[in-house]
Amino acid sequence: MKLTVWTYEGPPHVGAMRVATAMKGMHYVLHAPQGDTYADLLFTMIERRNHRPPVTYTTFQARDLGADTAYLFKDAAMAAYERFKPEAMIVGASCTAELIQDDPGGLAETLGLPIPAIPLELPSYQRKENFGADETFFQIVRHLAKPVQKTARITANLIGPTALGFRHRDDITEVTALLSDMGIGVNVVAPFDARPSDIANLGAAHFNVLMYPETAETAARWMERELDLPYTKVVPIGVGATRAFVSEIASITGRNVILDESRLRMPWYSASVDSTYLTGKRVFLFGDGTHVAACARIARDEMGFEVVGMGCYNREQARMLRGVAKEFGLEALITDDYLEVERRIEELAPELILGTQMERHIGKRLGIPCAVISAPVHVQDFPARYSPQMGIEGANVIFDTWVHPLVMGLEEHLLTMFREDFEFHDDAGASHHGHKAKPREVEISEHVETETDTAQSAPVNRGTFEIVWLPAAEKELKKIPFFVRGKAKRNTETFASERGVQEISVDTLYEAKAHYAR
Amino acid sequence: MTERFTPPPSRGCSSTPVLKERGQHEVFCGLTGIIWLHRKMQDAFFLVVGSRTCAHLLQSAAGVMIFAEPRFATAILEETDLAGMADAQQELDRVVSELLERRPDIKQLFLVGSCPSEVIKLDLAKAAERMSAQFAPNVRVLSYSGSGIETTFTQGEDACLAAMVPVLPQTDARELLLVGALPDVVEEQAVGLLEAMGVGPIRILPASRVNDEYGIGPNTLYALTQPFLTETHEALQRRGANHIAAPFPFGEEGTTQWLRAIADQFGVSDAKFAEVTDAPRARATKAVAQASEALRGKSVFFFPDSQLEIPLARFLTRECGMEAVEVGAPFIHRSVMTPDIELLSEGPVIAEGQDVDKQLDRCRAAQPDLTVCGLGLANPLEAEGLTTKWAIELVFTPVHFYEQAGDLAGLFSRPVRRRTLLKMEAAE
Repeated sequence: MKLTVWTYEGPPHVGAMRVATAMKGMHYVLHAPQGDTYADLLFTMIERRNHRPPVTYTTFQARDLGADTAYLFKDAAMAAYERFKPEAMIVGASCTAELIQDDPGGLAETLGLPIPAIPLELPSYQRKENFGADETFFQIVRHLAKPVQKTARITANLIGPTALGFRHRDDITEVTALLSDMGIGVNVVAPFDARPSDIANLGAAHFNVLMYPETAETAARWMERELDLPYTKVVPIGVGATRAFVSEIASITGRNVILDESRLRMPWYSASVDSTYLTGKRVFLFGDGTHVAACARIARDEMGFEVVGMGCYNREQARMLRGVAKEFGLEALITDDYLEVERRIEELAPELILGTQMERHIGKRLGIPCAVISAPVHVQDFPARYSPQMGIEGANVIFDTWVHPLVMGLEEHLLTMFREDFEFHDDAGASHHGHKAKPREVEISEHVETETDTAQSAPVNRGTFEIVWLPAAEKELKKIPFFVRGKAKRNTETFASERGVQEISVDTLYEAKAHYAR
Repeated sequence: MTERFTPPPSRGCSSTPVLKERGQHEVFCGLTGIIWLHRKMQDAFFLVVGSRTCAHLLQSAAGVMIFAEPRFATAILEETDLAGMADAQQELDRVVSELLERRPDIKQLFLVGSCPSEVIKLDLAKAAERMSAQFAPNVRVLSYSGSGIETTFTQGEDACLAAMVPVLPQTDARELLLVGALPDVVEEQAVGLLEAMGVGPIRILPASRVNDEYGIGPNTLYALTQPFLTETHEALQRRGANHIAAPFPFGEEGTTQWLRAIADQFGVSDAKFAEVTDAPRARATKAVAQASEALRGKSVFFFPDSQLEIPLARFLTRECGMEAVEVGAPFIHRSVMTPDIELLSEGPVIAEGQDVDKQLDRCRAAQPDLTVCGLGLANPLEAEGLTTKWAIELVFTPVHFYEQAGDLAGLFSRPVRRRTLLKMEAAE
């Protein structure tokens, strides 16, 4: 038993959902109780997908457990086939269904469906989301991909991008462009937007670009062995890595290295004098192994930061990341315990955290700026604009993203100079951030009273006369959430002044609320 | 007094045959209630004994709404725990000791059962008893199930409150108990109105701190503020307490009838009742009239979610001028729902349970002006051109009683108004 507050990864069947939801013409029949349908909202809300994930849940209940849950599964699988007519299905169990041992794979086989029904064995009590995605994609490839004739021109598959991935959507565009500049076409992108029929055609490519080892490494190794498809080892995140990536492609394909750097602004931005203040900033990195390894090199070699610590939550990448950390003279923190990460950050007291949404939260609490470099994702990690991490534009995006949470050069100096100024002090935060700087409390004179201590605040002058908030009304106002409190206060005062009401009571507050109700 | 009520419909929905469905349910499990319960009970901690899925659900449900230091956590079962039961109980003791050491501020601990803990029959009631004895008097340990195989969404709160009823002391005092975890601002309004009528003493379940608790007994009168508290209702009945049946306090009408039913039990005169309620009642009517302008004459379709569907359909049809096409609820408990069902005019399909794909077919065929549904369905339906309101917001937003009646109408009218506001065609 392990006490867990927040988790970096979901259960393995969520990984399988990420693969199924990324694909078209694929359906996932999941033996699971009703609550497990929460996972749909990850895709419809966080990623803002405009369709339901292609998942049918059996949603068994306690009363079904006494009877035969196997029938429930068979009925659900049959109904899903008839309704959605997928080209292929994956079938499996969530954590609870794993305990009742109904064997979805075996049950699906007995249905005699005219499409492939691929069984998934995802041990929910041992493994996690990334494993689930990797294993699911591997099983789909293993069942559907066959040796086929290679395309006449040199082509590659882009493998690894899934639903709910960190910037996967835009990385695909960027990597496609890198290949296209070298005269290399894309055969199949998978699982993102791939159909089962595309998976069958993976073998037509000349090599695989393994974009995210977290979700496609097992499939990449299998395809190397069975379909004669070598795969790339360099993940093109950062300027140096992008250059190394095109060299690797050149050596795999025998093509000349071509890299269009006309849009690459990152090196100059980093070299310009304005960036001098970035020098030696102490950074801590945490996330999935792939993004952390790539970002650690960018931090040191391309931004001039000092990397003081790094780690990853996915054990599958532990060995790789330990190697990278050693190269930096560090020891990698391999853990999925958020509290342990928080303790390490507190100890190291970095000036910038490059992490996940969880570290963003830690940073908020500790007052350390944070930029997000990796999943787990949040609705903010799916911006409307083009925002890749890979390739030329990825490097530009990373420069902007990492610099943004920091207080900028000259301002930093001013803050140091005037650190005792009550408005312009170092707790006030960066001026380009939306939040309001908190004035530092100063003891100027006796009649500066804090609002909470007085029953009644100073009268407000609205036009021709003064309006006073009665203590009860003021107390009521404080119950309104802070982000609408200002609006409520202003509306009530306007309402009162229009009516010549000089004392605002609880009734006035609600009269005004009713008046402005929309 | 009574002539000011809109007359009840000539035929309510109480004898409408209910469409009962069994198929895929697109609903949260009862664990979700922890998200609001842990904020309401400030000295309580909720420890889910479950899987990584449970932890991920709580985080994802919370991540959409809040992300503060939580007073909840998950004891994630691992392969070794599934091997033998004795181990699991010992492991639980270890985890709880660890937790209580780190958080000495915890006064009540809820062990919350999940699907896997139910399937392996991990006896949390026994564990709670053992731990209560061990940690008394500093910490009280209770257990309930929030599992998806036994509870749907708001039933988690119901199970939690029901677990608290048996441990309340016995009393013969004639007291009013308001049942349901409401936002503070709303709760204080209700108490304020009732106290102004001279009703009291008033107690609240759940109390915000364990030390604020009170007794219960045959002279206790209780009113439910939420329609999903049926198990709690039964637990209170078993303690001999008396239920004050009324429509739920949504909108001007629901609030007035709810207050009236309580006032009648406490001998409040019509004059006193009018004196206290007239002003806020008029405000509510006015606010609803304004906020519901965009809703008049529009149709609404409810997917099952929180069990608030029937009272809300009553509010939307009777106070906001909407027409209900289908009102789906996960469960319909007549014992508490009858006053609302009787007020809901005959016409809509009343559905209990769910087969989500079939219900989506009906919804698409009906093309309602507004669809009230869960987060998993909202964006897909918007993309198909339907206007939606996420149901979960109705549980997390102050919507009860007079001063929130306008806000409640506003929650429904905002998506309707938004659709008419957005203009993406070429600018002139």
